[in-house]
Amino acid sequence: MTKTIQEINEKIKKGQAVVVTAEEMIEIVRKKGEKQAAKEVDVVTTGTFGPMCSSGAYINIGHAKPKIKLGGGEVYINGVEVYAGFAAVDIYIGASSLPPDDPRNKIYPGEFRYGGGHVIEELVAGKDLVLTATAYGTDCYPRKELRTLINIRDLNEAVLFNPRNCYQNYNVAVNLSDRIIYTYMGTLKPKLGNANYCSAGQLSPLLNDPYYKTIGIGTRIFLGGGTGYIAWWGTQHNPGVERSENGVPLSPAGTLAVIGDLKQMKPEWLRGTSMLGYGVTLTVGIGIPIPVLSEEIAYYTSVKDEEIYTQIVDYSKPYPQGISESLGQVNYAQLRSGKIRISNKEVPTGSLSSYVKAREIANILKEWIKQGKFLLTEPVAKLPQAESDYKFKPLKIREV
Amino acid sequence: MTESKVVLHFPPHLVDKPLIYKLSRDFDLEFNILKASVTPQEEGILVLELKGDDDNFQHAIAYLKENGVDVQALTQDINLNYELCIHCGLCVPICPVSALVKDGETDEVKFVKEKCIACELCGKVCPYNAIEVSLNA
Repeated sequence: MTKTIQEINEKIKKGQAVVVTAEEMIEIVRKKGEKQAAKEVDVVTTGTFGPMCSSGAYINIGHAKPKIKLGGGEVYINGVEVYAGFAAVDIYIGASSLPPDDPRNKIYPGEFRYGGGHVIEELVAGKDLVLTATAYGTDCYPRKELRTLINIRDLNEAVLFNPRNCYQNYNVAVNLSDRIIYTYMGTLKPKLGNANYCSAGQLSPLLNDPYYKTIGIGTRIFLGGGTGYIAWWGTQHNPGVERSENGVPLSPAGTLAVIGDLKQMKPEWLRGTSMLGYGVTLTVGIGIPIPVLSEEIAYYTSVKDEEIYTQIVDYSKPYPQGISESLGQVNYAQLRSGKIRISNKEVPTGSLSSYVKAREIANILKEWIKQGKFLLTEPVAKLPQAESDYKFKPLKIREV
Repeated sequence: MTESKVVLHFPPHLVDKPLIYKLSRDFDLEFNILKASVTPQEEGILVLELKGDDDNFQHAIAYLKENGVDVQALTQDINLNYELCIHCGLCVPICPVSALVKDGETDEVKFVKEKCIACELCGKVCPYNAIEVSLNA
């Protein structure tokens, strides 16, 4: 029993496609088996909503009279530094950028209440933002200073372009030391006071297509409340890690670079995020449809939390020192239960990724497809595969 | 026996008076300081958990009021703004008294106000500013 994306799209156009979420697929496969499920179900929708630091948006603000060349100058939006190393009026707002006068961690732990992630959220929300810039001036771009309100509706282009999102599995972070630590995985209390994780588990896109058989470059996705596309594999893509028998990686593996028109996205799915003692980031909502082309795909999309394992990592010493060391592995059913056991101690768990919102995204995408508003795409190229030599390398510091 | 959390507002002229010492010595109340913000020459705010005999408790509160201290029950101090909360649950293991819990069925984060001791740890760790702290009880 095999189907093609074209056949599925024909059914979507006629309003006849059977679309279920990755959560619902678990039950269907359990009751009916993969063979029957592959016959009955056309698309499985997935979702994830978590902090993804390698995110940002590029915008083109249009030319002022007289003109200014922002490239090579300094530009701020609501006081947050944005990248201007392009042509005259293209700038990139990085999610983790901060205002120059933010105290950072000088007052420890820093609160990081406003930065690039918040600028993006407010831009999408349609708010007026203050752009200030200084430039060196040229014969063709004589203006040297600019101070203006900008609004997303007036921008020529506003494009979300995230170099790394959607991690396929992630570490569980703990702290074995005797002092509290503040990390990108949240505040970690001393001596195994808590264990924080960050994945939507059984709803997470790449955990439902562990070998990237349907998800590839060009795949149309739910991105930030609108539609977007997979632009490339994400930075630090690492498909060759050890996997369970079901194909699911046992540690962080694949990643995605995604792109989409910011003008049709929604602020509730792109949230400015403050991590105490760490910095600012953007919480991004992503949903990916998986066409059930075969029994094999039906099997992969029926993966459940109990079958997805990940590693417990101590963020007090080995992680910051770049030493790869696991304290053991747990599955997402254990993590979602609220407590896990580590060296005979019961440790409460906290999550960075929102399961509630992941479920909501999978349901929104399901509705879009059922209503014929969202068609599936054939990937134009594959992501680097598990059996390829592609891997995530550390930096070897060389003498200058 | 009465056990209650109260917010005390001290006018500037009372900040250097040993009123809390009196609560313990003259009224035999147990007290646990949950929050203190007392600066000389400025209004002071003290959030206390008080425990003691019913009569003593009433007399102690009357004594504070007679001395010009504004006494309010601690009720609305911490709030979870569900408009901003994404239900991630990062705050859940941080709360020392399980006032923030995850609903086993819906996965949503629930705030159990009765348990809250207004320590504000959750407010610091919430990445979305969804915990609102106000001292206007």
